[in-house]
Amino acid sequence: MRVVIAEDLALLRDGLTRILDAFGFQVVEAVADGPSVLPALTRHRPDVAVVDVRLPPTFTDEGLQAALQARTRLPGLPILVLSQHVEQLYARELLSDRAGGVGYLLKDRVSNVDQFVDAVRRVAAGGMVMDPDVVSQLLARNTGGQRLAELTAREREVLGLMAEGRSNAAIAGRLFVTEKAVSKHINNIFSKLGMPPSDDDNRRVLAVLAYLNG
Amino acid sequence: MGAVHSSVRLFARQWLRPGAIAAVQGLALALLCLTTNVALFALSVVSLALIPVFGIGFALFPVVTALVRLCLGAQRRLARWGGIPMATPYRPKPADAQIGTWRRFRWVVADPATWRDFAWLVPGAITGAACLLAFVLPAYGLEGVLLVPLVLYLTIDWYGYGVFWPMDNIVEAWASVPQGWFFLIGGLAVAPWLVWLHLRFAGFFLTPTRAQELALRVRQLTVTRADTVDTQAAELRRIERDLHDGAQARLVALRMSIGLAGKLMADDPAAARRLLAEAQEASGQALVELRDLVRGIYPPVLAERGLGGAVEALALAVPLPVTVDVELPGSPPAAVESAAYFAVAEALANVTKHSGAARAWIRMAHRDGRLVMAVGDDGRGGARPDAGTGLAGVRRRLAAFDGTMSVTSPPGGPTVVTMELPCELSSPRISPSSGTG
Repeated sequence: MRVVIAEDLALLRDGLTRILDAFGFQVVEAVADGPSVLPALTRHRPDVAVVDVRLPPTFTDEGLQAALQARTRLPGLPILVLSQHVEQLYARELLSDRAGGVGYLLKDRVSNVDQFVDAVRRVAAGGMVMDPDVVSQLLARNTGGQRLAELTAREREVLGLMAEGRSNAAIAGRLFVTEKAVSKHINNIFSKLGMPPSDDDNRRVLAVLAYLNG
Repeated sequence: MGAVHSSVRLFARQWLRPGAIAAVQGLALALLCLTTNVALFALSVVSLALIPVFGIGFALFPVVTALVRLCLGAQRRLARWGGIPMATPYRPKPADAQIGTWRRFRWVVADPATWRDFAWLVPGAITGAACLLAFVLPAYGLEGVLLVPLVLYLTIDWYGYGVFWPMDNIVEAWASVPQGWFFLIGGLAVAPWLVWLHLRFAGFFLTPTRAQELALRVRQLTVTRADTVDTQAAELRRIERDLHDGAQARLVALRMSIGLAGKLMADDPAAARRLLAEAQEASGQALVELRDLVRGIYPPVLAERGLGGAVEALALAVPLPVTVDVELPGSPPAAVESAAYFAVAEALANVTKHSGAARAWIRMAHRDGRLVMAVGDDGRGGARPDAGTGLAGVRRRLAAFDGTMSVTSPPGGPTVVTMELPCELSSPRISPSSGTG
């Protein structure tokens, strides 16, 4: 699987390259500043890109802007955005095209190598990965919602994991229940939130995030 | 027809309204100046004259001065109503200046504003009396227009109006109508000028001189600078403590765990692995703490998106719907931006903590060299900026930039916190990717 990395700190850039190499990815290019992100992405058309939000020369949100632009130019290009901090504002922007193949994680999560590599794979496969911090903020913000209040504690737990982009099997493993129980919870959640049920993992997550993002 | 209509409206807006307001102002000023100025002048002279008499005036003069300042304060407020703002020129009262003490007397006598007030009393009474014209002229005109002279002429047979005094026949009685119009319109036209002249004249005496203005400014800057320095020092102290007890301590523990794990690697791999897992956990905690700390110092989103984007992000993090309306063609200086951000954040935190509101809104714009921010909610109201430390802190921090904060929060709501910061906007930040796109 071919990857483009955009990260300005050499230490992190090398670390990411090493991790992805070790897990069988092929890092075709690792760029260090904002203006080279878009050309690299259009040139290589990688299977997935890992992009830092803040890049030189201005050290604002150039990486994110480049990622958003790349996705308008190459619709559905899978991009995993990394940052030292997560903002709901950015999550909303990344999700706005509702195309899937998007990830948004804190840089801290890279330290859990297995989970990080799994996230890269899921994004590359057109899936959705949201940082637990984003999800918990979304859930906290929506506690006032009438419908969300009707969910049981377990259902809220399932909703949170679902919004992070985990599959039924992963949720079942995390909560030590059967996959069947998970899909029952999910059906309950969807009927309580008044959303049409869907088997497609990706559409499901999008629906939940759209709901939470209001 | 339409043209007549609109010219009538124009007349009403340009002459009638300002004239009528000035007439009322003139009456108020005349009454105030005539009654109080004369009395205060007499009191001042008497109290000054009584200084040699057992020093009675020594205690009395400060009392009279307090009274003078009270009354002239009312005149200054009236002037503000007339569109001529007048700042208060007095020096601040020393802490232990009780009535009857030497310090009190010295404070009053040494302040040039006291003597300028005194100098104003007699001229003020005279021009104040002239202001009576602003009211009397239109009122007299109204009498003629409303046919009062005609009615009186017909009923009591002896009356005079305008140039006919007394009126000899019915024609002269009828002539009060055009004369009335003349007085009414002329009076209304002249009234604003009379009031304006009086207030301008008053300005020579009642507003601070250039030197006093500078002294006031220096005093204000001293206070805000001291506040700023204190706040900065407290902030640095808090950051130091957070780093010392938080991230720094965790890094120390981290190094110990890793070092120990390295030692145990050969003999007890299971224990070493456990230690490494702990180390990873601790490093994660350290990162969380650092992230929170950074957010408190200068929020990353502010650096990345500027004030508008940061406030938008702020609104998203609040557990109630917040409408954001930002209209900033450029970005303020970084220090102002940061102050504005934290001010809005504090106001918004107050909304979520105390208001019980269902929704809130934030408006932000740059007008006349000022960044104007308003945070409102539909909650229960009754917010008092002097009660909690939150809004008072905002006011202090804004004051460092000559900014102001005002709160309107009647019981039952709604609450609106309005903040203003004088600043210039720099040209809009150029997004690096938008240029090449």
